[in-house]
Amino acid sequence: MHGVQGFMYPNELELQWSILIVLYPYLTGLVAGAFILASLERVFNVAAVKPTYRLALLTALAFLIVAPLPLQMHLGHPERSWEMYVTPHTTSAMAMFGFVYLWYLMVVLVLEIWLDYRKEIVLTWRSSTGLKKLLYGAMALWSDNISPEALALDHKLGGILTVIGIPSAFMLHGYVGFIFGSIKANPWWSTPLMPIVFLFSAIVSGIAAVMLIYMATCKMRGKKIDMLCVDTIAKYLYYAFIVDFTLEMLDLIHRLYVADESLMALDFMVKTKLFVSQIVIQIILGTLVPLALLASVQLLRWSAETRKVIYATCGMLIMVGIFAMRWNVVIGGQLFSKSFLGYTTYKLDFATKEGLLPALLFLIMPLAILWVLLKLLPPWEDDHSHAGEIRHGSTTGV
Amino acid sequence: MSAEASTDRREFLKDSGKWILLTGAATLAWDFVVEGAPEQAPNYRASDHWWGMIIDIEKCIGCGNCVRACKAENGVPMTDDAFRTWVERYVVMPDEPEKPIVESPNGGYDGFADLKQYGDGAKVFFVPKICNHCAHSPCVQVCPVGATFESPDGVVLVDQTRCLGCRYCVQACPYGCRYIDPRTETVDKCTLCYHRITKGLTTACCETCPTAARQLVDLKDPKDPIHEFMRTHKVNVLKPQMATGAKAYYNGLDGAVR
Amino acid sequence: MSRGIRNYEHVLRMAGLFGTGIVVFLILRWVMVPSDFGVYGFYRAGALKDVAARPIAFAGHDSCAECHGEIVDQRKGTKHEHVNCESCHGPLATHASGDVMKPGKPDLKTVCTPCHKKMDGRPKSQPQVDFKEHSGDAVCTDCHKPHSPKIQQ
Repeated sequence: MHGVQGFMYPNELELQWSILIVLYPYLTGLVAGAFILASLERVFNVAAVKPTYRLALLTALAFLIVAPLPLQMHLGHPERSWEMYVTPHTTSAMAMFGFVYLWYLMVVLVLEIWLDYRKEIVLTWRSSTGLKKLLYGAMALWSDNISPEALALDHKLGGILTVIGIPSAFMLHGYVGFIFGSIKANPWWSTPLMPIVFLFSAIVSGIAAVMLIYMATCKMRGKKIDMLCVDTIAKYLYYAFIVDFTLEMLDLIHRLYVADESLMALDFMVKTKLFVSQIVIQIILGTLVPLALLASVQLLRWSAETRKVIYATCGMLIMVGIFAMRWNVVIGGQLFSKSFLGYTTYKLDFATKEGLLPALLFLIMPLAILWVLLKLLPPWEDDHSHAGEIRHGSTTGV
Repeated sequence: MSAEASTDRREFLKDSGKWILLTGAATLAWDFVVEGAPEQAPNYRASDHWWGMIIDIEKCIGCGNCVRACKAENGVPMTDDAFRTWVERYVVMPDEPEKPIVESPNGGYDGFADLKQYGDGAKVFFVPKICNHCAHSPCVQVCPVGATFESPDGVVLVDQTRCLGCRYCVQACPYGCRYIDPRTETVDKCTLCYHRITKGLTTACCETCPTAARQLVDLKDPKDPIHEFMRTHKVNVLKPQMATGAKAYYNGLDGAVR
Repeated sequence: MSRGIRNYEHVLRMAGLFGTGIVVFLILRWVMVPSDFGVYGFYRAGALKDVAARPIAFAGHDSCAECHGEIVDQRKGTKHEHVNCESCHGPLATHASGDVMKPGKPDLKTVCTPCHKKMDGRPKSQPQVDFKEHSGDAVCTDCHKPHSPKIQQ
């Protein structure tokens, strides 16, 4: 009935953490990765990726807004989740979720976006009427100073926030890796490498996501893709991916070499239950193929058109591959018994509380929110069609 | 009636009334004081006890009394994936000691089927399992809101009014003794029959074990048989490498047991 | 200089917003944490009482002895002396407390099976038989009295 092979402790027959828990690290990973891409320009002065700076921040915000929703859906008592704020157990990595999330949302993302967009917000406030005027006035906190000195201050503060934001992004996603990595009861999860592996695959997925969104929005707006921008993004994607792949291979090789008790159970599982999701999707399609394609771009000279196709393909493969990586960690870690004597199966329903349907909705929701954000706070540098409104006499960023 | 007598009677009534009121007030006050205390029975002091359990594998006959008694005493869901205690049967073949064949049909609730298929070479025995009420419990460590904890007398419990149902503790327990109660959508587990042991009774599983293979022990009681038991038997805990401070002590724990 | 302050007035407003948020959070925290939280450890002390308040189902053998002393005497020296009453008779707290005066008797056809059915894994010292071989369709109590099971020759 439960699809059990061999022996599992009676309480282990059903999986505890479902696809919704796979989604959470995926979404926060995209947030951390998108933010790292934004910080490339702001902190490390990689000017080539400027066109994606604001887009990356808005992408991060859209995904961060949705990120706690799969967790709430999964909890037995979501109405008690405030307890994590008032009585956080400091020995539990999960307890820091509330604070890290709030910190990242308010201090890092919202503040930074506000500081960067303040001039456009104030200009829109001044030039609009009715409800829109009210909305933008509220966003400006009814302060309409956009003198050069005020804007210079904004820029400086934004720079500081980005610097703070990088370790904050590491924290936001690294603690999720630690949640898994610190469980000594589960050998599939228990490794000090886990937070780092999570973080680098987050960076890879976030950069790939922003790259895809940038290319897609250019296409949808009928604008030319800035090849220098995407080429640079792809280069950093390649570097991050090499580090990520190296770390994951290190973990795997170490396990195979040390060959302790758990390896018998894990080895069998990877060859059967996780074969498609781990070997085929995560490793071959999600890592080796994109790495080879990205390497080819670094080593050979493809035309711009070919490179665009390569980037789009890589981007999509990576998005699926990193999702598979989260799946293999979360679901994979629960498919075998802690007695190492048996396996169970994960039954993914469709229209239930923790089924495929809510998971798909949570994947689509950030894109819908991003669409709204792009309308509220357009990040486009090359949009001159709204003269007098957003880009009135602007020299955005400097 | 003379004036003095009626005054005396009035005094007496006033005094009695005062005493009654004071006693009543004192009782209420005492209840209030006791309200926040872990003392459950009038003479129970949590700090006097440090609870654990002895499980003697050489005595277990696999009757399943403990599993049935626990479910009856504690209202555990009757499904086959929620157990506070369960019994496993191990079949260890002489040529493959690292690959025991293990089963626990419905946790041992209905006993076991007769085997007879492994011949005389196989070593077959029963292993009752229970929450180990670890002194350094990984499940308590990971609870984000303090909904699970170790009581002052060494019992790991769950606060049903605070548990979020996040299931982190279920993942962290190396022994698989936690489950989700679908009726409350919170985590539940063996409470070492806390409602019994604080009143001087033993746990339901120990009470109904016909061979005394399971015994409740109080490590702080110098007269408890556990001390002699530890001295005279080869005692082990499950997964000692996890260093959880498990307090379910097994006699006769074969190396094949997981 | 007012000009100077004007330049970071928006920052001050945002800081004010954050400050208000923190104050609200602290107030909520003061209100929402249960008063007995943290008394014995990182948990609500009242939970101990909650767990201990569960009604009891098995009365325990000492309870049985209070009224059924003659059965206790019968069992002295027998093989079943240390098998507690409720192992076979089931949970009887409601009977011991006087709520249920006549609890049912165990089903004689099945009460002996869990312990005495021949089964791999039982220690050899445990008396166990294949019931069909041993007694055919007869009920165990035809020959064995449960409170002193040894058959007197």
